[in-house]
Order: sequence, then C-alpha cells, then structure tokens
Amino acid sequence: MTIPKHFLPALSALAFLGLWQGLAVSVDSNTLPTPSVVAKVFWLACVSGQLPLHLGVTLLRLLVSFTVAMCLGCAIGIVLGRNKQLDAFFDNWLVIFLNVPALVTIILCYVWFGLVESAAILAVVINKLPNVVVTIREGTRMLDQDLLDMARSFRFGRRKTLVHVIWPQLHPYLMAATRSGLALIWKIILVVELLGRSNGMGYQLHLFFQLFDVASILAYTIAFVTVIQLLEWWVLRPLDHKAQRWRR
Amino acid sequence: MSDIHIRINHKTYPAVGQAHAHTVIADFDLRLATGEFICLVGPSGCGKTTLLNIVAGLDTAFAGQIQVGNAQAQPKIGCVFQNPRLLPWRTVRENIELALSSAATPAIIDTLLEVMQLTDSQHAYPERLSLGMSRRVAIIRAFAIDPELLLMDEPFVSLDGKTARQVRELLLTLWQQRPHTVLFVTHDLREAIALADRLVFLSAAPMRVISDISVPLARSERHDEGLLEAFRQQLLHDYPAIKQLL
Repeated sequence: MTIPKHFLPALSALAFLGLWQGLAVSVDSNTLPTPSVVAKVFWLACVSGQLPLHLGVTLLRLLVSFTVAMCLGCAIGIVLGRNKQLDAFFDNWLVIFLNVPALVTIILCYVWFGLVESAAILAVVINKLPNVVVTIREGTRMLDQDLLDMARSFRFGRRKTLVHVIWPQLHPYLMAATRSGLALIWKIILVVELLGRSNGMGYQLHLFFQLFDVASILAYTIAFVTVIQLLEWWVLRPLDHKAQRWRR
Repeated sequence: MSDIHIRINHKTYPAVGQAHAHTVIADFDLRLATGEFICLVGPSGCGKTTLLNIVAGLDTAFAGQIQVGNAQAQPKIGCVFQNPRLLPWRTVRENIELALSSAATPAIIDTLLEVMQLTDSQHAYPERLSLGMSRRVAIIRAFAIDPELLLMDEPFVSLDGKTARQVRELLLTLWQQRPHTVLFVTHDLREAIALADRLVFLSAAPMRVISDISVPLARSERHDEGLLEAFRQQLLHDYPAIKQLL
C-alpha cells in the first residue's frame, strides 16, 4: 500500500499529538499538560495580546541582530576569503570568537554596556558573526578562478563581477549561514532576554518557569517554532528555488 | 586598428615546494597583422595557454611586452577559453550581454545568435546546452565585444569530428563577416590548415617559434578536404621537424 505524498507529514504530526496525549493522560501531572490544555492556553495568550507582544519583540530583536550579523559577516568573509594575508592575521581572532561561550559574551556585554537594548543586540551579533564569517570565507575560497579570469578578461568591473560571478556562487553558503543562523540566534536571544530584558519570549519563559507554568511554556514554544517554519516555507524555500532555477 | 607585437623575453614559474622553477617561454617574438588569422600549433604542455593568458592580460608576471599598435591604452581583447566558461546561472543571452558594455545595442547579439544558429536557445541556461552549443556561445561572446584581438585556446577540443567541423565552419562564416585579428591555439594540424592565414609552429617548453608558414589556400578552397590534406602532406614533407611536435 502506498500513502499519498502529503499524507505522510500530516500522519506523523497526528502520531506526535497522539503520543503526547497518551503520555500526558497516563502521567496525569501539572508538569505535562495535554495538547488541548496547551491549545487553550495558547488561545488565551493570543487573545490577551501577551503572546503576540512578546513574540513580536523577540522577532524584532531577531531581525535586527540577524541582519547586522549577516551583512557584516558577508563583508568580512569575502575579504578574508580573497586576501590570504588578512586571513592569516585574523584567523586566530576568529577561532577565539567562535569558542567564547555565548553566555560569557552576553554577561560581558551587559556588564560593560549596561542592561540596555543595544547591549542585547550586540551580544547576539557577536555570537553569530564568526559563524557567518567562517561559512562565507569558505565559500569565497571555493570561487571558480576560471570564471573570475573570464570576468577579468571581459572587463566586468567590480560591481558586475560581484553581482553576476561571485554572488551566485556564494548563494548556497549564504543559505546555510541563514538557516544555521536563525536557529542559533533564536536560542541565544532567549538567554539574552532572560538575563537582562524585561520583555520578549525569554523574559516570559523565565516568568513561567518561576510559576511552574509548563502549559504556557509549551504554548510560547509552539508559537515560535511555527513562525520559524513559516519563514522557511514562505521566504527561504522560494529564495532557494529562484536561485536554483538554472540547474538541470 | 593596428598591428600587434608580442615580445616575451622569458616567463618562469617560480619553484613551489618540491617542484623546481620552470621556464615556460623564452625569446618569443611574434607579429600579427590586422585582420590576420594565425594558428599556433605546438605540443600540449608547451605553454600555449600561458602565452594566451599573458596576451589577455590575466598573467602579468613575465618579462617582455605586448604592444597593440602605438596605443598606450589597454587593447580590447576577446577570449574564447578551452572550457566555454559561461556563467551557469545566467541564460545564453545574459552571458553575452554581460560581456558587452551597457551602451551596446542588442542588434549585434541577435545577428551573432542567428549566424551561430542559437536564436532558439538564447533564453536557455548553459547546463541545458550541448558542449558544441556552449562553445558557440563562448565564440559569440568574444565576437560581440568587437575586439581588437581574438584569443582562442583550443575552442573545439573534445568535440566530436562532425560537430567540430560544423562549429569551425560557423566560426569562419562569422569571421569573414567580422574580420578580426585572431590568435588561435590548437594541436590539430588539420584544423589549423582549415582556419589559418599563417601557421606558427612552437617548440616544447621553453616555448619559442620554430617556423612560421603562410597557408597559400584561398578561403574558397578551404571546404575542399582534398586540397587541405594535400597541403598537410606537403607541409610534413617539407618540414620534417613538425612531425615531432604533433
């Protein structure tokens, strides 16, 4: 028996919910609410405006820090990938920044710059930036020298070379940095909010933790995961599709 | 438009790791008259591609001088590489347009596409083209910029005999409509005789000119396989040294 293609994801989602329901009923504890309870809490939080507000604040921080980290990271990555001397000089710096624990960066940013919004954003950017740089640098090193020579011989100039020769080759690396970046930033941003902001998902989750309100924690988590998934479907995949259209 | 003088005293690749320094070109001297079609024939690995890279301005680490007329300005050079080197993420037409300055008219591209029989494929992506078609696109791209010098580095290599002949004839058609000075590298003597006004034979590395022979066949006689073959036989007879190069 073969199952139609889009039945499978729906079926697996149902199975997950069933498993959850069964487990919650058998445990019968406040610490593991059933899906229906979570759904109710979710609905109430939406109606009260609390969830959209905090989710919105977190998404805004995500957007700003993500944009800054990607733009800076691409620029630095391309430069390091093209320039061996600079790369050799800054390689150690990169390794250091890659390996400083996220929590340390966050604490230092708050200690040095105070519990302000810019310190929060900065902490997220510093955590994400080295990853983007390393990925884009790798992509830049893999650039096809034959095509670059071709561009030079036909005198494409800097702008044309960047847009038509370099950028399309970096696209897969950019998408990899975007996807891993969203996942990474979202995890760090909650810690940032938990430690030093008075709004956002991280702040709320901290509150629920103190109240042992697991249903709310799950409701907020589902909301965020859904947003990220929609981003994948509506933004990232179409982008991928457009960029890959030339492939056989 | 003016004559071109290529003078390379020497070109040496420095020692890297275990490999010793390697002189590829020494005492190389070649003059090209405007509108001339010159074939460089030499054994593989003798430094022909290095020579073209130097002339194209892609390799500047050499002792010598490339002079195009009396102009100080960089000459406009169209390159057809050994691999077509098309941008796979741009269509055939976009690939050609990118080589042109923005001021150029699309009419040139239309004409060239028609001569090369690619009008129907102009919006296709290169990965969907056959190798023969990709090579034709690369040739169009080089012609489209209306260069003072066309460099072609074995542009028909790895095409099957029939396709190679077809692309070669299309190239000649195009070249007769738009006569440019051509420097064409090949190791196929038959191909060289079919195309060139002048054959320049090159030695193995360090590369220099061994003999420089005019092809006495008129353009109209080039379709005659018998005549081409007769000239080839005579060439091999008159210059026995050539045999070792091929």
